[in-house]
Amino acid sequence: MNTFISIVRRDLQLAMRQGMDSVMVVAFFILAVMLFPFGVGPEANILARIAAGVIWVAALLSSMLSLERLFQIDYEDGSLELLALQPCALEITVMAKITAHWLTTGLPLLIATPLLAVFMSLPSDGFWALLFTLAIGTPSLSLIGAIGAALILGSRRGGVLLSLLVLPLYIPVLIFGVSAVDGAISGLPIKAHLLIMAGLLVAALPLCPWAGAGAIKQALET
Amino acid sequence: MYLYKFGKMIFHKYANPTRFLKLASTIQPWAAAATIGFLLAGLYFALLSSPGDYQQGETVRIMYIHVPAAWMAMFCYTAMAAAAAVGLIWKHPVAELAARATAPIGACFTFLALFTGSLWGKPMWGTWWVWDARLTSVLILFFLYLGYMALSNAFDDPARGSKASSILALVGFVNVPIIKFSVDWWNTLHQPASVIKMDGPAIHASMLIPLILMAFAFKAFYIWVMLMRIRGEINEGKIRALRLRQVHGGPPSRTTILEKTTEGAR
Repeated sequence: MNTFISIVRRDLQLAMRQGMDSVMVVAFFILAVMLFPFGVGPEANILARIAAGVIWVAALLSSMLSLERLFQIDYEDGSLELLALQPCALEITVMAKITAHWLTTGLPLLIATPLLAVFMSLPSDGFWALLFTLAIGTPSLSLIGAIGAALILGSRRGGVLLSLLVLPLYIPVLIFGVSAVDGAISGLPIKAHLLIMAGLLVAALPLCPWAGAGAIKQALET
Repeated sequence: MYLYKFGKMIFHKYANPTRFLKLASTIQPWAAAATIGFLLAGLYFALLSSPGDYQQGETVRIMYIHVPAAWMAMFCYTAMAAAAAVGLIWKHPVAELAARATAPIGACFTFLALFTGSLWGKPMWGTWWVWDARLTSVLILFFLYLGYMALSNAFDDPARGSKASSILALVGFVNVPIIKFSVDWWNTLHQPASVIKMDGPAIHASMLIPLILMAFAFKAFYIWVMLMRIRGEINEGKIRALRLRQVHGGPPSRTTILEKTTEGAR
C-alpha cells in the first residue's frame, strides 16, 4: 500500500512539474467538442440531441491522448525496470500508474464536463447522468487503455497502433455510457446501464493491471 | 500445476519445428483435398440442388457463404486465442506461429461474413448496414484482428511482436461470447441462432446439407492455409537465421539454424 501511494505521488509530482499534461488534455477535450457546433450547425435542438454522444466520444479520445506516455517515458529512461525490480508485485505498480493517469486525465475531464454540457445545450435531465457515467466510465477507460500502453512499449509506431488496439475495446463503455444519458433525457430508468458500467469497471479492476503487468514483463525481458 | 505439467507433456512433442513440419506436410494434402471435395459438393447443393426460400427467394443462397464464414470468424479467433495462451503459458514456439498464422485467415473470413451479410441485407432489410448488436460486434472483431496483426508486426524483434500480440488476443477474446449471445441479449434485426439449438436445427434438411458441407469446406480450407502459413513462418525464421549467420561470418551450421528458428519463433 505504501508503494502504491508513493508511486501515485511520484507520478502526480512528475505531471505537475513536467508541465501541462492535464491542461492539454482538457484543452483538447473542449476543442474537440467545440468543433461540432461548427460542423453540424449551431441549432440548439440538434446539438442537444447529439450532446451526450459527442461529449463521451471526445472524453474517450482525450483520455487516449495521454495513454501513450503512461509507460513509455519510464520505459525509455529505465525507471520502469527499477519499478519492476521492487519487492512488491508489478500489478500494484501498474495499478498505481493507472490511478495517477486517471487523476491527471479522467478527473480534469470530469471537471470540464459541466462547461461542455452548457456549450452543447444538453437537456438538464441528462446532466447528472452524464457526470455519473463519466465518473464510473473514465476509470474503466484508463484501466483498459493501460493494457494497450503496456503492449506498445518498444514498438515502431506507438501512437497510431495504440488507437487501433484500444478503441475497439472502448466501445462497450461508450455504448452504455451514452445510452444511460439518452435514457435519462427521455425519462427512462437508467439503473441497468449504470449497473453494467459498474460491472465493467469491477471486472476491469483486477484483470487490466494483471494483463498490463504481463505485457510490461515481456517488454522488459528482451 | 498438474495441469501445467499435463499440458507440457501433450504439447512438448510438436514444439520442435522440424517434427512439426513433418506432421504438417502429411496433413496438408489431405486438408487440401477435403477443401476441394467439400467445396464442390457444397456449392452443388447450395447453388443447384437446393430450393429457394419462400420468403427470401434466391438470395437465401448467400447464406451458404455468409453463415459458415461467420462461424469461421469466431472459430478462428477462438483458435488464435487458444494458441496464444498455449504459447504464453508453455512457451510453445509452434503455438505462437499458429496464432500468427490464424489471424489473417480469420480477418478474411470476418470480412467475407460482413461483406456477404451486407449484400444480403440490401434486398432483405433494405439497407447495406445497420448498427445492430451482432453486426457491430463482428465489426469490432474485424478490428481486433487488424490490431493483432499490426501489433505482431510492429516490433523489430519478431519474438516481442508475437508475445505482445498474444496478450492482446487473450484480452480481445471477451468479444467472442458477446458476438455469440448478442442476438439473445439485445433485441436485434439479425435473426437468432437456428442451426445449433437445444431442440435440433430449425431449418429444413435441404438447406442444412449445403450449409454443413460449406462449413466443412471452410474448416478444411482453414487447416490447409494455416499449415501453409506456419511452414512459411518457419522458413522465414530459417532465412533470417541464415542471413544473420552470413552477416556475422562463417558457414551456417544446421544446429544453429534450428536453434535460431525456435528462438525466432519464440
